[in-house]
Amino acid sequence: MNKDTREPLFHISKRGAVKWYVSWLIRGSAVLLALVVCAVITMLMTGENPIRIYATIINGSFGTPRKIWVLMQNISMLLCVSLAVTPAFRMRFWNIGGEGQALAGCFASAACMILLRDTLPHWAIICCMVVTSIAAGALWGAIPAIFKARWNTNETLFTLMMNYIATQLVAYFCVVWESPKGSGQIGVINSRTEIGWLPVVGGQKYLLNIIIVAVLCVLMYIYLGYSKHGYEIAVVGESERTARYVGIKVDRIIIRTMLLSGGICGLAGLLLVGSTNHTLTTTLVGGRGFTAVMVSWLAKFNPVWMILTSFLIVFLERGAGEISTNFGLNQSFADILTGIILFFIIGSDFFINYRLNFRHAAGKELK
Amino acid sequence: MFDLISFIPRAVVQGIPLLFGSTGETLTEKSGNLNLGIPGVMYIGGICGVIGAFLYEQSLPTPADMNGFLAVAIPLCTCLLGSLLAGFIYCFLTVTLRANQNVTGLALTTFGVGIGNFFGGSLIKLSGSAVPSIALSATSAYFHRSLPFADKCGVFGKLFLSYGFLAYVAVAVALIVSYILRHTRLGLHLRAVGENPNTADAAGINVGRYKYAATCIGSMIAGLGGLYYVMDYASGVWSNNAFGDRGWLAIALVIFTVWRPNIGVLASFLFGGLYILHMYIPSGMNLAVKELYKMLPYVVTIIVLIFTSLRNKRESQPPASLGLPYFREER
Repeated sequence: MNKDTREPLFHISKRGAVKWYVSWLIRGSAVLLALVVCAVITMLMTGENPIRIYATIINGSFGTPRKIWVLMQNISMLLCVSLAVTPAFRMRFWNIGGEGQALAGCFASAACMILLRDTLPHWAIICCMVVTSIAAGALWGAIPAIFKARWNTNETLFTLMMNYIATQLVAYFCVVWESPKGSGQIGVINSRTEIGWLPVVGGQKYLLNIIIVAVLCVLMYIYLGYSKHGYEIAVVGESERTARYVGIKVDRIIIRTMLLSGGICGLAGLLLVGSTNHTLTTTLVGGRGFTAVMVSWLAKFNPVWMILTSFLIVFLERGAGEISTNFGLNQSFADILTGIILFFIIGSDFFINYRLNFRHAAGKELK
Repeated sequence: MFDLISFIPRAVVQGIPLLFGSTGETLTEKSGNLNLGIPGVMYIGGICGVIGAFLYEQSLPTPADMNGFLAVAIPLCTCLLGSLLAGFIYCFLTVTLRANQNVTGLALTTFGVGIGNFFGGSLIKLSGSAVPSIALSATSAYFHRSLPFADKCGVFGKLFLSYGFLAYVAVAVALIVSYILRHTRLGLHLRAVGENPNTADAAGINVGRYKYAATCIGSMIAGLGGLYYVMDYASGVWSNNAFGDRGWLAIALVIFTVWRPNIGVLASFLFGGLYILHMYIPSGMNLAVKELYKMLPYVVTIIVLIFTSLRNKRESQPPASLGLPYFREER
């Protein structure tokens, strides 16, 4: 054999489908490894022992009943946006405009609460809010979809830009509708009359959101897995040419799916304004549109697994928030920890899809 | 009325961070990597420069002892190192581990913004200042220093000579990158990697190496944008989240310039102008309208995006394999 051509130390080959528990084992160990790294970093920053750090993280989410409710509420909102962007991702339409679509929904429902409060009864306003916010989100999602379907405009960048247009639109109306005058903020809308506030279910402020999102999650699971629409989305995502060949109208599927995706984002906006915050600010969605991309991807676009991944992200955020207040670090520490854990999970995917073949192992196979 | 002479320098100063960011991102995208982590990278670049400058200023008894060369070189090196590391993380995940680029990029943005605000916040605490920001005015003075005769040249001096040296570096880097991409073999190879890595690989180009090099260098260039913003534009004052959404605007600029950094020079100044136009529009008491003006850069980007896809000209398309991981054994 020629001396110059040495076999590399290892080469990479693609794995076939692995069993689901193998892939989750790999992902789970990545999370554990990431938690260890995070604990080490936190230790270096604070000098605390790791047990106390983990205890603080858990305390941040489960410490008091109120914290648990807040945790559930945050999970449900993140899950809602994640569910919304998932159908689009399944057809490889990279919708990173969840933020803008949800904000459009927020805007529409706040607009109904403010403009219609003197003209219509309470129930009619709520109906208006539901319709307009879903429509606004759907519109915000459909604009990039139409251009993608007709002229193949890059959807990642288009949806990204739509986020900022929505933000500025909200900023504009925040000033127009400001109360009290000159503050540049809207404040709590209809705080006295509670017009347009969604009803409180079971005495718990957040319960309504949680129920709605739970139902949505099941519906989405059925829609994606067991309906004709879901099948069409999967085909378009796998191969657009195949979809065309079997007679699926790809551009119609793209627009329809994005209407749905944007609509659910709009619903998330409705819940944020109507049920949780009762106000409108430019940061109301709070980056969930971007986090949702990661939640959805981590769960491999499976709505049920998304409960777990959104729990993981929110749990970490709350835990890291608790660490930062307890140990005198600032809030952004949570972002760093989230980033590290995401890197690990993203990286672990490689070991699910590919196999490393080392030099000597490959030699044995030849014998 | 509209004061063009004072408007243009401010637009340029606003545009320089965007120019750095978009030049870096263009280089990255030409290798087929859609690095949505650029906003994070720019934060990391900025904060690493601040950390370097902060430590250097603290190590001296008085600001008067500062060595001009070190005062510039230390933040510059820490900034480049920090953004190189950020680019390396991205590369390792997307090129070596073939992870999804959108997700990796977004995670890097979360991470980078977190790093920036966390260390920024910690330094603010360390320096014990009353306001939530750190001022590195001594270091900034070196970055901000313009040519000594700039003031004497009247309007010409104000329009062309009144900037710190990094502004000229930005323009030079953009022109150099543009030249390399269009007129050298290196650039040809890089574009081949971005357009069709299979073909490039078959032609004997080391795809992985090109992707790594382009993305890491691109990140370093983008990181300089963060440094410029803190040291020159903000006069050495770091306050959390002040950098805002400029990173995303830089990505928008890449599309706006149809992947050509030389167009980026003027386009970034245009974007800078659009970014601050709301301060110059006489809107009277109506503050709300200003918010609508802030929308302009994004609207313009969308229009350009639509037009480039409508015209479907081959020269102005994104690199064909943008956003796709490359695995040799996959057809």
